[in-house]
Amino acid sequence: MRYWMYQYKRTWRGSITTSFLYPVLYLAAMGLGLGSLVKHRVGGVAFLDFIAPGLLASTAMQIGGNESMYPVMAAIKWLRTYFAMLATPLTVIDVLVGHLAWIALRLLMVTSIYLAIMAAFGTVHSALAVLAIPVGVLTGLAFAAPIAAFAAAQQNDTGFSTIYRFGLIPLFLFSGTFFPIGLLPGWMQPIAQATPLYHGVALCRGLVLGHLRLAAAGAHLSYLLVLTVVGFVLAQRTYRRRLVT
Amino acid sequence: MVARGLTKRFGDFVAVDGIDFEIGRGESYGLLGPNGAGKTSTMRMIACMSPVSDGTLRVLGMDPAHDGSKIRGRIGIVPQEDTLDLELTVLDNLMVYGRYFDLPRRVIRERAEQLLEFTQLTERAHDKVDPLSGGMKRRLTIARSLISDPEILILDEPTTGLDPQARHLLWDRLYRLKQQGVTQIITTHYMDEAEQLCDRLAVMDGGKFAAEGAPSDLISRYSTREVLELRFRDPDTDTAVLATRVEGLADRLEALPDRLLLYTDDGESTLAEVHRLGLSPESTLIRRSTLEDVFLRLTGRSLVD
Repeated sequence: MRYWMYQYKRTWRGSITTSFLYPVLYLAAMGLGLGSLVKHRVGGVAFLDFIAPGLLASTAMQIGGNESMYPVMAAIKWLRTYFAMLATPLTVIDVLVGHLAWIALRLLMVTSIYLAIMAAFGTVHSALAVLAIPVGVLTGLAFAAPIAAFAAAQQNDTGFSTIYRFGLIPLFLFSGTFFPIGLLPGWMQPIAQATPLYHGVALCRGLVLGHLRLAAAGAHLSYLLVLTVVGFVLAQRTYRRRLVT
Repeated sequence: MVARGLTKRFGDFVAVDGIDFEIGRGESYGLLGPNGAGKTSTMRMIACMSPVSDGTLRVLGMDPAHDGSKIRGRIGIVPQEDTLDLELTVLDNLMVYGRYFDLPRRVIRERAEQLLEFTQLTERAHDKVDPLSGGMKRRLTIARSLISDPEILILDEPTTGLDPQARHLLWDRLYRLKQQGVTQIITTHYMDEAEQLCDRLAVMDGGKFAAEGAPSDLISRYSTREVLELRFRDPDTDTAVLATRVEGLADRLEALPDRLLLYTDDGESTLAEVHRLGLSPESTLIRRSTLEDVFLRLTGRSLVD
């Protein structure tokens, strides 16, 4: 993990700017721009209030996905950083845990900034909103762990665009970020509900707006936790197969 | 370090086929062999980066299968391809790597300064790695492998692709490390390098040891003291036919397209006999036998891959 922090030391300027800029741009464009056309109240709240926590969860998903695709491939094939690490006392588990820990830290930074900017836009309506930060981290990891498992099994990066095209982008659009999934055609609703992002969005929204029910929270959390753990176990396997020959 | 029947299999392919060796503390041991002979696989097993398929291996008295992490903590590894972080500075590469060994930051910084001095990289300490020359990157990789103050240094083709200046600088550094008592295991394609650096070496071919011993032993065992080279410029010369005429003059004879190599203990007198037979080569050369002669004899002249 220290390695990734070191590397980040050099590239942080770029990403800090985007960490601030994206939420501002999204909230301004979607909320104030598009939102001014949406006079309906959505799910009982103003449009901007509705989408802001959803965007936080979606951003966490994107960070989790980005950081576990190309960086993993690079560490195996292009820069071979993992192999440099494995020439030291570090083990495969250390390498995997270190990388995921770095992703978690990055998620922590991004979701914290996101929440602060949401507060500045006046979209935070509950003290529980602070918990959206760890939930955001978990949502990101629920993507990062299985995607890292997938990435470590790939020979090249062509699979990654498939993940974006058929995974991350559809989820971003249809998992309840911009409108309640109740508005989807009936057959699509169970599919949307089965996606991990739906659970991340529901949790964040419930926390930020303060209407989260405990039972629902438990279900959402368990889903994300299970996905993270399953992803981790799979990643352990694909990492070992790839790195120890 | 002791290996008995050490074997590495990848599926059906046997990369290392039951080799035995012992390497003592402070010794420099070379592994020579054509591409695909199993050198790197052997090194990776010794470095505890690749599980042993069969046979036994003890490194520093420990079993890599159980104490891999502990052993790696006392080994420095210079891989065949640099695995440096191109986006970090020279110094940061050393700092991060030192942290993998769980060394205190202060210790790493101290050692890093000494090592940069040692590898003549002090002036580039705060530059990024990417634009450095191949020789500098290689030196940094060696500095990095020494950050943990290892007892064993494993070098996989340390000077491949370097210019003569960089090679000699590296040899000089490796020699000094040897004097400090660091055990070294080196693979190389350069026979002069093996002769310079290694107390003992093994020639590998097809996953097995074709020969093992000190460089001078190998030369006396597998070659003669001198080699007489007869060069014929005339393209119509059939060296195979000429070879039959000089047969008996040398211990061993090799006919190449434009040359005859006569392996003999006394080149001068062999040359005199050649002249007496009425042969008139374009030019002649008497030289001492080298490891290269041994290597080519043991592994053949044809390309393997």
